[in-house]
Amino acid sequence: MKGMNHAKAAEQFIADEPRTDWHDETLWFVRQKRDKAAHGLPEWEQLREWASQIKNHTLSNLNNYLIEFEQKAQANGITVHWAADGADHNRIIYDIIQKNNIQKIVKSKSMLTEECGLNEFLHAKGVETIDTDLGERIVQLRHEAPSHIVLPAIHLKKQDVSDTFHEHLHTEKGNNDPQYLTEAARQHLREKFIESELAITGVNFAVAETGGFVVCTNEGNADMGAHAASIHIACMGFEKIIPKAEHLAVFLRLLARSATGQPITTYSSHFKKPRDGQQMHIVIVDNGRTKQLGRADFRNSLKCIRCAACFNTCPVYRRSGGHSYHTAVAGPIGSILNPNIDMKANADLPFASTLCGSCSNVCPVKIDIHEQLWKWRQVLTEEGYVDSGKKIGMKGMAFVLARPALYRFAGKATRWMMQTFPFIAKNKLNPWYKQREMPEPPKQSFRDWYLKQKKA
Amino acid sequence: MKVGLFIPCYIDQFYPQVAISTFQLLQKLGCDVSFPLNQSCCGQPMANSGFSALSSGCDKNFISNFNCFDYIVAPSGSCVLHIKQHLHDEQNPQVAAHIRSHVYELTEFLVDVLKVEAIDASFYHKVGWHTSCHGQRGLQLSSMSELMVPSFSKPEKLLRMVKGLQLSKPLRADECCGFGGTFCVFEEAVSVKMGKDRIKEHAVNEIEYIASADVSCLMHLEGILNRNGSAVKTIHIAEILNSNA
Repeated sequence: MKGMNHAKAAEQFIADEPRTDWHDETLWFVRQKRDKAAHGLPEWEQLREWASQIKNHTLSNLNNYLIEFEQKAQANGITVHWAADGADHNRIIYDIIQKNNIQKIVKSKSMLTEECGLNEFLHAKGVETIDTDLGERIVQLRHEAPSHIVLPAIHLKKQDVSDTFHEHLHTEKGNNDPQYLTEAARQHLREKFIESELAITGVNFAVAETGGFVVCTNEGNADMGAHAASIHIACMGFEKIIPKAEHLAVFLRLLARSATGQPITTYSSHFKKPRDGQQMHIVIVDNGRTKQLGRADFRNSLKCIRCAACFNTCPVYRRSGGHSYHTAVAGPIGSILNPNIDMKANADLPFASTLCGSCSNVCPVKIDIHEQLWKWRQVLTEEGYVDSGKKIGMKGMAFVLARPALYRFAGKATRWMMQTFPFIAKNKLNPWYKQREMPEPPKQSFRDWYLKQKKA
Repeated sequence: MKVGLFIPCYIDQFYPQVAISTFQLLQKLGCDVSFPLNQSCCGQPMANSGFSALSSGCDKNFISNFNCFDYIVAPSGSCVLHIKQHLHDEQNPQVAAHIRSHVYELTEFLVDVLKVEAIDASFYHKVGWHTSCHGQRGLQLSSMSELMVPSFSKPEKLLRMVKGLQLSKPLRADECCGFGGTFCVFEEAVSVKMGKDRIKEHAVNEIEYIASADVSCLMHLEGILNRNGSAVKTIHIAEILNSNA
């Protein structure tokens, strides 16, 4: 995934136009479901405001709430680990695996483990992890990354799933019936749950006052894993913390409505302490979050609750697919989070947007996503991560446009050239002209007209 | 009321008819309009590309052209938004602040400042309205489909005053057209696909024109329409409000 560029990858995605249309329409349907669910709550905008304020407050008092959470969790019998980065996170999990001599591992959805590259890390150590979220299992069998944080296999159609299951689960070739395929996955995963010795889950909300945490799924796979295995490891980015259990009343109402238009996730499971004979671990991960917290312009990106509403509404995401963002978290939110992790590798992402602003409007915690995209563009330019050709062009443009007489001369010359030598603009090297006609250059500018009519 | 007419550079050079309509319309509505002769560009193309540090020359020039007006009006939501959010001058912070708070996009000026309730205009055509993002989500010219708030639209309010005009909206009433400034060339494939999809939704309504309050969106959509030999034309709202046809 390194070294990819959004524009190029998007162009490849769009080459299959019917599939692009299908992808766009499918996600637009989810956006419409979100609208309908939000319309059903007269207090929707108030909830967003509350959620934003709770998260802002929490980010400002993070140290206290994290310590409170750790103390309460430990008192409940949970082992708390702190990971400075992805490597640390992976090592902590591997140590637990080794110490307990574990062979069989199941994992429910956790974008954090994708961010840290846990599956690849464990695979290299000879440990296989089975993803149990249906969408994640599909992409795992295909050796692909999730293309969406809530709907990991949204880039695939049912025939793709059928082919994948035929190859790996030996289902009938060409049987695209969703019920048949889901049943096959259910049987396959049931076996994995029963065999499993260790279950990894994500965390949607960690409650400081109780030391408990909430995991939201629609498939119940987090619960199946955590209840069947003798060890449960929950992984969380440190921004998942909320001060009080009552705040769940705000966030749980916003999360599923924003994500899929459901009033609430099918399973919102509260974990507080290990059952008898079970080990429960929580890994709290930084991995660049402290750095982002220290960036005044970008700090509030840490309010994100990973609902993916910004993905579904984004006209660019819907037409370029999640893989074109070449990062664990794609879409508009990914484009403001990932440059923090690696500016060079992700310098293209803040430019993969028209700055239309729809993302900020759907965000349930009111992150000013499109404004941060604009600000990242400035940072990336200042830090020297933009193409030198672009820089020269922009400098030239700024020079001309700051000088009115030169601007008028250049404007007139351009119009004259376009009339006299149309091929200068109308050629394949001009990306505008590839699929669009050039504007028809007029004989006179508005200023010319204005001066003439003033004289008359 | 002294009104400074701010004509974005590409409108001045490529779409003078939009500027002429804006000028004539403001005159008809009783404004004392003048066009400062040394204006060029607001600096948005640089700033949105990450080069806001290079736009100080444009800022300075803008301020020297527009420092003596009660209001500054432009037929472009996008350029107005840029001035409102990013115009700065360390030497003259008060002048810059005055300009930022007195710069208006044409339709918001007509509705909010002039409080226009009737316009003597006719346009006997089927028109599809394209909502431009910066005007809508940036300047709040109309309510946004994402927010759970009462609906309103300043441009539509004005279009309803035009005799003969049949207005329609696409199914996704406020989806971006894909222009996005330099996005249109650096992300050419996505940009064009977004434009094609907007046009497809308008075509269902059998319109003759796609109209908008931002010429940049229209330039992009026009480029696609013309390449595909479509009979649909693009038109700026100022041209409609100033027309008697």
